[in-house]
Amino acid sequence: MLRIDCPHCGTRDEVEFRYRGDAGLRRPAAAADTAAFVAYVYERTNPRGWHHEWWYHAAGCRQFLQVWRHTVTHEIHAVGTVAAVLTPPDGAATP
Amino acid sequence: MKSPATSDVPSTRSQRHRASGRYSALRLLREALTGHRGWRPAWRKAEPRKEYQVVIVGGGGHGLATAYYLANHFGITDVAVLEKGPIGLGNVGRNTTIIRSTYYRPENIRFYDFSLGLWEGLEQELNFNAMVSQRGVVYTWHNDGQRDHMIRRANDMRLAGADCEELDRAALKKLIPPIALDSGRFPVLGAFMQPRGGTVRHDAVAWGYARGASEAGVDIIEHCEVTGLRQAGGRVTGVETTRGFIGAGTVCLAVAGHSSHLAGMADIRLPIETHALQAFVSESIKPFLDVVLMFGAGHFYISQSDKGGMVFGGAIDAHNTYAQRGTQWIAQEVAAEGVALLPDLARLRILRQWSGVMDMTMDGSPIISKLPLEGLVMNGGWCYGGFKAIPAGGYTTAHLIARGASHPLTAHMDLARFAEGRTVDEIGTGPFPWAH
Amino acid sequence: MTARRITTGLLTDPSRTIEFEFDGRRLSALAGDTVASALLANGVRLVGRSFKYHRPRGIVTAGPEEPCALIDIFGASGALPNRRATTVGVTTGMRVSSQNRWPSLDLDLLAINGLFAPLFSAGFYYKTFMRPAWAWERLFEPAIRRAAGLGKLGVAPDASPKTGDEILHDHTDVLIIGTGAAGLSAARRLASSGLRIMLVERDVEAGGGTLLDPRWQAWRTQTLGELAATPRIRLLTRTQVIAAHDHGVFSAVETCAAGAADAAHHAEGLPRERLRVIRARRVLLASGANERWIACPDNDRPGVMIAGAALAYLRRYGVAVGERPVLFTNNDWAYESAFALHEAGVSIGAIVDPRPSSNAASRALALGIAVYSGSVVTAIEGRRAVRAVRIASVDGAPRATLDTDCLLLSGGFQAESALATQAGGSLQWREDLASFAAALPDSRGVVTGAAAGRYGLSAAAQDGDAAAVRLASGLGLSASAETIALPDDPETSSLQALWEVAGHGKCFVDLQHDVTTDDLRQAHREGYTHIEHAKRYTTHGMATDQGRIGGLLGAAVLAAARGQSPSEVGLPTPRPYIHPTSFAALAGGEIGAHLRPERRFPAHASHVACGATFVPSGLWQRPLVYSAVTGWDPVLREARAVRETAGIGDASSLGKIDVQGADAGRFLDFVYANRFSTLAIGKARYGIMLREDGCLLDDGTTSRLGERHFLLTTTTANHTAVLEHLEFQLQVNRSDLDVVLTDVTDQWAQFSIAGPRARQLLQTVMPDADLSSAAVPFMAALPARIAGVRGRLFRISFSGELAYEVAVPRDQADAVWTALLEAGRPLGALPYGVDALNTLRIEKGHITTAELDGNTTAHDLGFERMLKAEGDFVGRVLAQRPGSTSTQRRQLVALRPTDSAARLIAGMILVDRSAPRTNLGDVTSCTPSVLVDGWIGLALLADGRRRIGSRLLAVSPLHGESVEVEITTPHWFDPENTRVRA
Repeated sequence: MLRIDCPHCGTRDEVEFRYRGDAGLRRPAAAADTAAFVAYVYERTNPRGWHHEWWYHAAGCRQFLQVWRHTVTHEIHAVGTVAAVLTPPDGAATP
Repeated sequence: MKSPATSDVPSTRSQRHRASGRYSALRLLREALTGHRGWRPAWRKAEPRKEYQVVIVGGGGHGLATAYYLANHFGITDVAVLEKGPIGLGNVGRNTTIIRSTYYRPENIRFYDFSLGLWEGLEQELNFNAMVSQRGVVYTWHNDGQRDHMIRRANDMRLAGADCEELDRAALKKLIPPIALDSGRFPVLGAFMQPRGGTVRHDAVAWGYARGASEAGVDIIEHCEVTGLRQAGGRVTGVETTRGFIGAGTVCLAVAGHSSHLAGMADIRLPIETHALQAFVSESIKPFLDVVLMFGAGHFYISQSDKGGMVFGGAIDAHNTYAQRGTQWIAQEVAAEGVALLPDLARLRILRQWSGVMDMTMDGSPIISKLPLEGLVMNGGWCYGGFKAIPAGGYTTAHLIARGASHPLTAHMDLARFAEGRTVDEIGTGPFPWAH
Repeated sequence: MTARRITTGLLTDPSRTIEFEFDGRRLSALAGDTVASALLANGVRLVGRSFKYHRPRGIVTAGPEEPCALIDIFGASGALPNRRATTVGVTTGMRVSSQNRWPSLDLDLLAINGLFAPLFSAGFYYKTFMRPAWAWERLFEPAIRRAAGLGKLGVAPDASPKTGDEILHDHTDVLIIGTGAAGLSAARRLASSGLRIMLVERDVEAGGGTLLDPRWQAWRTQTLGELAATPRIRLLTRTQVIAAHDHGVFSAVETCAAGAADAAHHAEGLPRERLRVIRARRVLLASGANERWIACPDNDRPGVMIAGAALAYLRRYGVAVGERPVLFTNNDWAYESAFALHEAGVSIGAIVDPRPSSNAASRALALGIAVYSGSVVTAIEGRRAVRAVRIASVDGAPRATLDTDCLLLSGGFQAESALATQAGGSLQWREDLASFAAALPDSRGVVTGAAAGRYGLSAAAQDGDAAAVRLASGLGLSASAETIALPDDPETSSLQALWEVAGHGKCFVDLQHDVTTDDLRQAHREGYTHIEHAKRYTTHGMATDQGRIGGLLGAAVLAAARGQSPSEVGLPTPRPYIHPTSFAALAGGEIGAHLRPERRFPAHASHVACGATFVPSGLWQRPLVYSAVTGWDPVLREARAVRETAGIGDASSLGKIDVQGADAGRFLDFVYANRFSTLAIGKARYGIMLREDGCLLDDGTTSRLGERHFLLTTTTANHTAVLEHLEFQLQVNRSDLDVVLTDVTDQWAQFSIAGPRARQLLQTVMPDADLSSAAVPFMAALPARIAGVRGRLFRISFSGELAYEVAVPRDQADAVWTALLEAGRPLGALPYGVDALNTLRIEKGHITTAELDGNTTAHDLGFERMLKAEGDFVGRVLAQRPGSTSTQRRQLVALRPTDSAARLIAGMILVDRSAPRTNLGDVTSCTPSVLVDGWIGLALLADGRRRIGSRLLAVSPLHGESVEVEITTPHWFDPENTRVRA
């Protein structure tokens, strides 16, 4: 079971959070074309390795958190708020 | 139990040279009398050649089945199956062995029912006892809205030629005496059943297809991991592996939860996220449950293996992972739901827990499709429904490779559907892989 | 009698005798006995029949690694199958029965399987049972299923718990697993560090291997005393760690009841097991090592036991496992059993050792015990019990045949390492131990003692001490402890690897699954040569003992077949659970009615009082209809009341999200497809919310309560998903907006008052309010006092009638509901439930999640004109794709049977007569109508809008029904909304 160190609430069990996928994506600008939105909505790197992802602290502060987590070892490298600038871990694939 | 003709697939099994020898009771007797020293390897552990017409990446159920049908039904034997470890230890070796065609979308029903038809003849086809047991798959329902949904599915299935019946509480209790209809949080109000659904011995599927493919000339190459896809002039030319470069006219990716990893070698991003699905087996007990039972008020499902252990599972883990182990709170939920449905399970003990890595797609339906690189195709996106699809998935992927176009039954499983807005979303949860 | 209780054991109380039954025989035990020690004390050797061959089997070990002595228990708390006799404590009146034999243990007719044993080789079932095709399911499989399986489930008396077990959550700095010499020593060292320590021990007593050596009693007593006096140290016995998870989380099961069938415990409804979810910063794994089996012919006969078991039965229970045991071993440590028995007065038949000499052999000879050096046991005589063994030198020359009633085997030890592997550790092959030792990365913790390959109690104690120092320093702390004298370990010679002795007869590697060395060699011949393939093909290591005594042995046999060393073959990946774990322990208290929480409307008590029948809707209990009578009559009665007079309904489960901030309007413009920033204060508007892929996520009525204040509603089913969606859009995509979202669903009760007399009814409870259409126009949203309670008033309608909704704080719900009912009574108003509401809204053509099924777009539902032309919103781009707007998609329509006597069924499929198997769409909702004769329904139909006016068939093959229907617009009832706007 994952334990996530929420910046607001401290280290909490995984069950308090809900996962929401790839945090490395940015919603395309309003003027962007369909292909950009298709990529944003459907296409994923889904890495076997370090993953930059969203976790929503549903049973706590209800804030979205950025997390760098390894999808094989589940080691968590960093957790931050939406505004935080997190340094990717060594070996993370560049987007 | 035979279905109305859903699989008019001609077979070439009669004139086959069998390196491992034919399997039969007589053969077993003969070998028993000579100390079992006459058995030969079930499949050749081949050395890789310089190039093949078709290279299939992935020695799991779909990869081996694709190779089998290519060689035995489409006449293409210049095929290699590359597996990074020993064959059949991925999802095909980790699932809960259920076969069924209980789907909502008519195009999915037809595909999975075609698979069911192939399961029904598989043992004869492969001369390998896969213990296909069509004992019935039962779904409970707990409120009218759910019942309406299931009525629709039953009708979709019947219209597409599959079988589905309704069971009232009395019939359900008669079929499953240990079921608790009223003691739980969600009383069971009724059920639906597909009589032709059931279970299959999963290891036998991988080994049986491997044997059949190998005997027809396919090279099965274990301990050979693909590390790169080579391309030139806009088409794939072969695969880099831990055992050297292997040239290929067509490369087929059949790697389930690792689809993104392989496709990424050609800079292709798939609409897939990889999630763990846990499965469990209990100690073995005398016959307790004769059907496959799915709990409508949760994600729990259970059946009993022929060895006596209860085989069961629940929901997928919510975060993506390649770790092949599950998170602990799901196990608690599975146990609680099990006890709610079958209270006698309370003091039964769980022996083992494991998980597979599921290729969850953005609409919950599979992908059997050409990829945006000439010569590259994929069989994947199975979510947690890949095992039951192995025969049909293998056959239709072989068709795609051999004929260069989708089999009619898998036309809706193309990759382009996402961009074009033709998603095939059974539950309607949208582009969130963990929600399917 | 061949085995007896010859002395006082550590755990047994000679002054307390307990009576119990085994297979109908009355036997005596002492308090503290396990079923196995009691059976041995009574001279019972035959305790079961093997799974496949039904060979007679006895007790093999003294602990949870037991492969053969599996029993069923019938006690006060019901029937418990498949328990290990070696770990179950005897309690008064317990009835124990052996398994897997018919009609009795002595005369088991299925032993005839033994005659066909050659046919039942590894994987035999894959090669046969294929013809005739029908026979597998009708003949072979039922027979196999009946023969398989050990215990039986569901036998009366009912063992299902009335109250649940418990789940407790623990937090600690260091989790120490195992309280042997290494674990206790480490704990002692860490006591001064200030760290919180949690020690868990699966045994009934702490001490591990020190319990078996009297020289260690003083050390153990002193150490346990010190630990008990340290406040930050907790010691739990009978607590088995069952799995290691991520991030330092471990699951453990604590057995609470003193015996598996403790009547008093059960009667009080106390938990029998406790699941402990332990969160630890570091783990110190001191789980010890299991003694290994040797594969020699017929090594499964009752009386063949693990060498260490003899020591355990003697020390713990005072029982001698044989009158003249023979020890067959390749290592010095196993000799301790012989020495202990010898000292207790038991005559040792001989010690057989393949090594030419050793320290232990010299000590044995000095004690007058016969030692056959350079020799092996080549045959075991006896069927129901060991009678004699044949000994030969390692080169094959026969040496002796010895009468004996007990053969003790030890091939060495194998670390109990599964938890280490699960916790991210690794195994290293130790040539000197001929086994694997475990290690953990420093960031996780440390493995110590026998599990790390340090054998001997003193060596383990010193290793535990050193490990503790390392662990503490890894956490930046120091740990000091006074040195304490340790008894010396005897000098040991090295072992000599011995896996198999060839000969006539089956050499078992997995006793529970009847797997032999020949099976493994056959697996290799057939290409199932990888350890995981061999395991699955032969089922070696897959039984309830998980290969504890035979796992490594099997790997070594496979390695020999491959011409490799065991280190190249490896071991299968160990999976949770370390020991079989009951469903009940994992389920905890969440059983029966407590599987999920129940959400109730604020006015739930009132609904009960009104005679409501409830329907589970997700976690909610919603009033379905206010009647105990089933069928349509009461539902239609309520619906008619709404159409003709008035009805009062409860809509409290709909999601309510408070949206406040300077940019509240702009935010709603972004998340809704239509516009909300232009909504006037005091007005409500229907909105549709899309997912980014262009499909409808949800719909609802959102009101503007102030310049910067909106109240957004969601459907009941999608409430959680919508809240998360909104938070995501706000925090991640529109962090530029000044908005705060608050979920107020549970804060407000919301009632609907609908019908031609709704205004009149409402006026009664709002006597001072101006409810005219001028003051409260259609789609108004205003603060108000209802029955004296401050709340809000909305004029919105789902039913198609003049209607209002009132929102009041939840604690006023019952009072306001009662006031509304009272006000409605003289008018003939009725409360109406979800079913009646459904009838009304279907007539009006409003959608619910039956139509909003996650695959519908705005175009499908006829909402395309709601998509705002200017400005970005979620889903805008992908909603425009041809695939999302195509008219071939299923579109919302209504339908009616052309024969008004025919019924509709939700889930009917729509087809054209000319193509009866082509699925054009389906009936999503339907109801008998209160407006027109017969049934009406809504449907999603391909190219639906163009088919309006045409006739199709609605079919239900499930029911064998087929109904001709006419397709109409969903808005056939009062399309001008005159009733709503009254």
